[in-house]
Amino acid sequence: MANHLFLPLISPILAAALAVIFTHQQWRWLARGVVLMSITFNLGYSLWLIWLIGSEGRQVTQASNWIAPFGITFVADGASAIMLCVSSLLMLVTVIYSLSSLDPGYENFYYYPLLLLLLLGVSGAFLTGDIFNLYVWFEVLLLASFGLITLGGSRPQLEGGLKYVVLNLIGSTAFLIACGMLYGTVGTLNMAHVAERMQRVQNPSIVTAIACLFFFAYGSKAAVLPLFFWLPTSYHTPPAAVTAIFSGLLTKVGAYSLYRILGQVFQGELARLAPYVLLIAGLTMLVGVFGAMAQMNVRRILSFHIVSQIGYAIMGLGLASAAGLAAGLLFTAHVMIVKTALFFIGGAAEQIYGTGDLKKMGGLARREPALAIFWFLGILSLAGIPPMSGFFGKVALLQAGVNQGAYLISGVAAFTGILTFFSMLKIWNEVFWKKAYGDMSKLPRVTPGLLLPGAALVIISLALGLGAGMLVDYTNVAGEQLFDWAGYVISVCGDEGCEAAFEAALR
Amino acid sequence: MILLLAIAIGTLFAGAVYLMLRRSVVKLILGLVLLSHGVNLLIFTMGDGVRRAGLPIVDSSTGIAEPGTTDPLVQALILTAIVISFGLTAFIMALAYRATQAVQSDDLDDMAHTDRL
Repeated sequence: MANHLFLPLISPILAAALAVIFTHQQWRWLARGVVLMSITFNLGYSLWLIWLIGSEGRQVTQASNWIAPFGITFVADGASAIMLCVSSLLMLVTVIYSLSSLDPGYENFYYYPLLLLLLLGVSGAFLTGDIFNLYVWFEVLLLASFGLITLGGSRPQLEGGLKYVVLNLIGSTAFLIACGMLYGTVGTLNMAHVAERMQRVQNPSIVTAIACLFFFAYGSKAAVLPLFFWLPTSYHTPPAAVTAIFSGLLTKVGAYSLYRILGQVFQGELARLAPYVLLIAGLTMLVGVFGAMAQMNVRRILSFHIVSQIGYAIMGLGLASAAGLAAGLLFTAHVMIVKTALFFIGGAAEQIYGTGDLKKMGGLARREPALAIFWFLGILSLAGIPPMSGFFGKVALLQAGVNQGAYLISGVAAFTGILTFFSMLKIWNEVFWKKAYGDMSKLPRVTPGLLLPGAALVIISLALGLGAGMLVDYTNVAGEQLFDWAGYVISVCGDEGCEAAFEAALR
Repeated sequence: MILLLAIAIGTLFAGAVYLMLRRSVVKLILGLVLLSHGVNLLIFTMGDGVRRAGLPIVDSSTGIAEPGTTDPLVQALILTAIVISFGLTAFIMALAYRATQAVQSDDLDDMAHTDRL
């Protein structure tokens, strides 16, 4: 029993409640302190969890100590620990960025408690071992994100927010249908138990239907090809800090759930669906990057790149192997960090000019060289140029692809990398390199609070690139763990497996 | 019973899709409400209670389930789903109210500004 798995859930909800209580102006310092402390605790805890999983293997606990397949199980393995770690890191940096970039009026409307609830939902989704519980965590994080995306109430936010909410609700509904049908088919929703019963299901075609419904549900959260429309229409409307944390966490939770449910629980189905998953992955990469080329707004370009990068994560899934999942995890962890960094730096540039329109920006490289340097390092990382972490993420994916003979998707992935760099250079040219648009002397200077969060994340990306060996070793183990559903069943229900535990409890 | 429920679910889904494809924000929300009802009924049919018409009651002294006892878990799932969809509907109504105020229109086609280049 690893009951400490509840700590990363208790800490944000407790801190959110305290931060709500101390919203008043004179107590605000206390609320901010509590928020920062809670997220720092989560970050420290997830680092410890990574170490613990490295030495002891999967960590499992049962809510209320119910016997395994009956209650709600919480499981941490390598994949969930690294996602937990990266998301609390991003949340910490986002809070620091928000402190200096955001109008303090936002705090009157519970901005930081909402961020914490988002972290709560995300952490729960990473740790849970029960499919219906995963649905509930998704709703927790969605409700927090609904609040964050519409906080401020400007017209674009309300328009974009409405589409975001409706399309996400339809995705959640598909998730619920899939949960119901799965329960009707196998009679359990515990992931380990489902994986075990999946082996001897009488009617394989209904399982294919359920797997496709899950793909639709998580795919719409992760913004894969035909389901990504809510993303570019809404992500550029809230403040830059909110966009940054959304890009870091929300779509990646969808990708993680795809890995967990399709890559682990529905593994047999995944092998059958793999060609279609790869097709969707390739199209998502290309359509995302082509969509980005047509845009003329910093954050809209970056939003389309989120879609394109999700294609890579789905490619890792479509390879349907431990190596593919490992490479996908490596890439996802890298892109969460770099994408958030680029949104921070792009948001800082936007704040200087008061607009995100590329035509009305320019000349920033001369005025703010530090910002320009970190932006350039960031796009190098996103495009996958050697010393940065992006290179190793892409190399791992291409290696896994070529080893399995998936040449076409590997070619598309490499080609998309070039297009990504091209599209990012457009922002570089327009915002940083070209001559200044109008008189720049009256524009505000970048403050350390705007520069440092993005810079810190870019440096982390560089460090991950330089120390890539350790990270690759870690994600290889995590990928093996994720792909090994039988080991997962044994960790959750004991050596006999869930079915035996189920029978024993009924007797 | 199953047949009746199947027809009801299908009708709810059809109505939901029809309403969601209209241009009015209010009809969109009504469509989402119908959709969540349809899903709740669908989950209900997934339990064995509909077929067996038994009680989900276990003998409290022995803890043994009699043959024919039905599984109450689907009802618990539905209850959770109802609560969540209730909260989300309340949120989206408030959001739609604010959005129609800001755009001065109930027509979804007037809400395409954030999509333009």
